This record gives sequence, structure tokens and C-alpha cells, in this order.
Amino acid sequence: MKADLSVRIGSLVLKNPIIPASGCFGYGLEYAEVVDLASLGAIAVKGLFLTEREGHPPPRIVETPSGMLNAIGLQGIGVHRFVREKMPELRRLGAVVIVNICGSAISEYVELARILSDVEGVAALELNISCPNIKEGGIQFGCDLASTAAVVSAVRKVTRLPVIPKLTPNVTSVSSFAKAAEEAGADAVSLVNTFLAMAIDVETRRPRLSNVMGGLSGPAIRPIAVRMVYDCARAVRIPVIGMGGITSARDALEFMIAGATAVQVGTACFVDPFIWTKLLAGIEDYLERHGIERVADVVGTLQTDRA
Amino acid sequence: MAAPVDVHAEVLANTRLSADYNVLVLAAPAIAGTARAGQFVMIRTADGTDPLLRRPFSVFEVLRRADATPYAISILCKRVGVGTSRLFEAAAGDRLDCLGPLGKPFTTVGPPSEAWMVAGGVGLAPFATLADELRSAGTRIRLFYGGRSHTDLFYLEWFESRGVALELATEDGSRGSHGRVTVPLERALSAQPASAGLTLYACGPEPMLKAVADLARRYGRPSQLSTERIMGCGMGGCYSCVVRVRDDEGRAHFVRSCLNGPVFNGDDVVWE
Repeated sequence: MKADLSVRIGSLVLKNPIIPASGCFGYGLEYAEVVDLASLGAIAVKGLFLTEREGHPPPRIVETPSGMLNAIGLQGIGVHRFVREKMPELRRLGAVVIVNICGSAISEYVELARILSDVEGVAALELNISCPNIKEGGIQFGCDLASTAAVVSAVRKVTRLPVIPKLTPNVTSVSSFAKAAEEAGADAVSLVNTFLAMAIDVETRRPRLSNVMGGLSGPAIRPIAVRMVYDCARAVRIPVIGMGGITSARDALEFMIAGATAVQVGTACFVDPFIWTKLLAGIEDYLERHGIERVADVVGTLQTDRA
Repeated sequence: MAAPVDVHAEVLANTRLSADYNVLVLAAPAIAGTARAGQFVMIRTADGTDPLLRRPFSVFEVLRRADATPYAISILCKRVGVGTSRLFEAAAGDRLDCLGPLGKPFTTVGPPSEAWMVAGGVGLAPFATLADELRSAGTRIRLFYGGRSHTDLFYLEWFESRGVALELATEDGSRGSHGRVTVPLERALSAQPASAGLTLYACGPEPMLKAVADLARRYGRPSQLSTERIMGCGMGGCYSCVVRVRDDEGRAHFVRSCLNGPVFNGDDVVWE
């Protein structure tokens, strides 16, 4: 018998725990030729503001050992064009769509949530309160406990969709932010967004990104992200969606054992746009080898000798 | 356009052209069969995670068997960093993950229009396939090809054997005109009757692309430019490879060169 790969995020049941991460999968349609979007647990689309944004000038990415820095600056088409131009096709393809929303004021998150709550096919809202690459929004909410609570509770009041704040690792205690989000009414939390970082060209003594600093992602951050997911999963009762440097089924399972109910995959799909079937097959293989019938039974099963 | 495939391609040959340039031939029938001039592939240079990302390369040549069946592609590679150094060292029999074909190709012109290709250094990279496509349409082709020195100019016999007229330029004067390749290009443009159909195709350093776009505009010729950008994914996912272009209403904005390019109309590009 095939294992049951379904997982539950609040009221949302995903057919499997694999989700392409926001900012790494465009609006999903870019990849529709190489992956059946309906075969994924969900897709988290690129962060949307109310209006179109241009983003930062290039160079926008730079490679570092086993990782990359990005400072894209949330280039995007804005929510209205997304609803008009992208959602009909995403619906047609059967994608479960988690929309990542960004704002520079709480009222913008609320407005985005209102707009998207009425759009057929939008399955959940991920609140981007953690992008390190823009000054005027995002991370300013994610680095302050009261602001995190305020934005979550404001969005909670205007939507019935699952609300999933995406947390930044650029704080001292991520778990306290997870708790603040839970108390404010979040249905789940996702983590981690990228680590604020920089790279310098020593020949020219100039930063290698136009924005000077950027967000570090990729396998280089995975052990830190696993620790943060473990901390958060022990601190809250709501589901945790884990991410950070996942490149294989083994990596995904590491996050799930640490306590993640589902996982997002970002940088690895730049390297291998066909990674999704490999991840799912690897998880199925693991479950079969260990005689586990439901992937949900793997969640939070870390065995330690310590309390 | 055909959907991209990821091929675990065998290296059939690695020819060193000079201290820093090589040509890799990769067995990739599924890519060779559909690739068009100007399209590119993303090649993984290491099995592990360092370097992590793939590198983009124009399809240089589509190789065909005697019965004309495409079986391989070649890429022109310049050694720049860690990733390209690995490709420089690749041996026949090695295998490389090669994703493609990606991006929008050149639009080819047919006779009586002529095609003038302008290449700077490794910017020769998309022009063997383009020459083949143009030649099969019966189009007359000239290649304006510049480098720092004569050691930066490759495949001259290849192009000559296909009836491509060569105009060479080197910055040190060791071959062809002394100076930039845009000098003989402008000379030729000014000598060409305005009534004769002509399209410019260019690939090379950004200052050269801008100069070609400017010349094309001044002489009232269409130009198609193959841009080079740092690319993370080649599929439109990462938004790293943007080029600023003007839309139909004249507004400038960033578009992804992997999806909207890498070939752009020279009049549309807004230079930083």
C-alpha cells in the first residue's frame, strides 16, 4: 500500500508536504512545462504588494559556498494583475496556491488579505514579514514582537483563509516570534526566510550586490534552519512549515523530524527544476523502508536523550 | 517553443582554443533537436553544492549526423571563475547536467535582406547556430568579430567555409582593423545603400551592445542583441537576470532575460 503523504495546515489539507518556496518559483506558471503543479502539496507564489514593484538593479544574486545571496527587492506585478493574469491559469492547472503578501503598513496586508479572500483558488495567505531586502516593509514587522502580533491579528480579522506568517531568522529568538504569531491567531508559521548577509569583491572593494546586503539561502543555512524549526515546533501548537537549504528527500525529512508539518524548497529548484518528483519519491521510499503509513507520523519524532 | 529537458550529457569532446577558451561538445539529442539560435542551456558544473548554481551558455553549434539528425550541441566557454574552470577541465566521457533549450531565440531574416553578426570575444557564442540557420534560408551573412588580440578570435575557418564574410578587429591591432569592432561595422553601414535590407545581430560586452544598438538606430537598421546576465535558474524563478526594457507605451521596466530574452530588440533596451 502506498503511504499517505497528506498533511494538514489549519483547515487546509495538502496532498503532500512539498511546497515550492515563495520567491523561488515565480508565479508557478514559469515551471508549468516541467512540473505538474497539481502534483505538489501547494505552491507559494512570489511575494505580492498591492502595486507593481520594480525591485533592485542587478547584480541581484551572488554565489557563496553552498549557498547564494539575493537582493531581488521583491520585483512583482502587484495583486490585481496577479488575480487577473495568473490565477485563472493556476486554477486551470489545479495548483493549490498559497499567496505570499507584503506590505509597508498593516493596512496594506489587510487590504491584500481582503482582496485575495474572495479569489477562487487561493488556499492560504503567507505573510511576508521577513524579507531582508527591502527597507520600507516586510522585515520591519518580523523583527518586533508587537508588530508581528499586530499584523497577524489584523489579517486574521478580515479573512477565513489560513494565515501563515513567514518568520525571519534575523532575530535572537525565533520561537518567541512563533509564539507571538500563534497567540495573534496564526494558523501556522513558516520559517526560515533568508539570513541577512553580504559578500565583497576584494579586488574592487565593492559589495557584490547592488543593494550591498542580501539574503543567504541554500544548503549553507540548513543546520541553522533545522535548529530554528525545532525550537519553534516545541514552542507552538500550530503547524510549522520548515525551509532552508533543502536539496533532497533526506533534507526534507530532517525538517519534518525536527517538527515541520510541511516543507518549502527554494534555492534547490533553481539548480534542478525537476526536483519535485525526486523529493516525493524519496519520501515515499523512506516511509516504506521504515514501515510508516502516514508522513504526518514522522512530524516531530526526534529522539533525544535530553528533555 | 519546446519544453526544456534536463539531460545528463556525456562530454564528447573538449577542445582548448587558448589559455582561457574552450569548446565543449555535449551529447544531447533532445536539446539539439529543438534548440534555436540564440537559445541557451544551464549547465551544472559540480555534483555537490559548491559551486551551487548552474551556469548559462548559448548553444554555439548544433551537431548533426551524416543523415542530418541532430545529436549534440557545443558551447563556447571562457574561463572566468570556479564553475567555468571545472568546464575547462572536463574530459571526454564525463557527464554534465544540461538543462535546455531555454530563452527566446533570434528571429532570422531571409534574402534579399542580409544578416550582419557582431561578436565581441566570447560573444561569438550564439553565432554558429545562427549562421547555420541563416545559411539554410539562403541569407548572405557577414561576421564582424572583435577581440583584444588575434588570440581571442576563433573559428574563423569554420565561418569562412560556410560562406560567411569576415570583418575582424583587434584592440592591439594584431589582426584585422586596429581598435573596436564597431569601427569596421560603422564603415560598412555607411557604405550600404539604405534600400538594401539588413538586420544586425550582436553578442558581446555591454558597451559593444550599446554601441551596436546606437549604430543600428542611426542607420535605420533593426538590431537583435543577445544579452549576458548573471542567471540563477534560467527558468524565470529567481528574477536575478533582469534587463531594463521599454514597453509599447514607452515605460522602462525590468524583465527577466531568461524568459523575455536573452535576445532583445536593440531599440527596446534601456542602458543603465
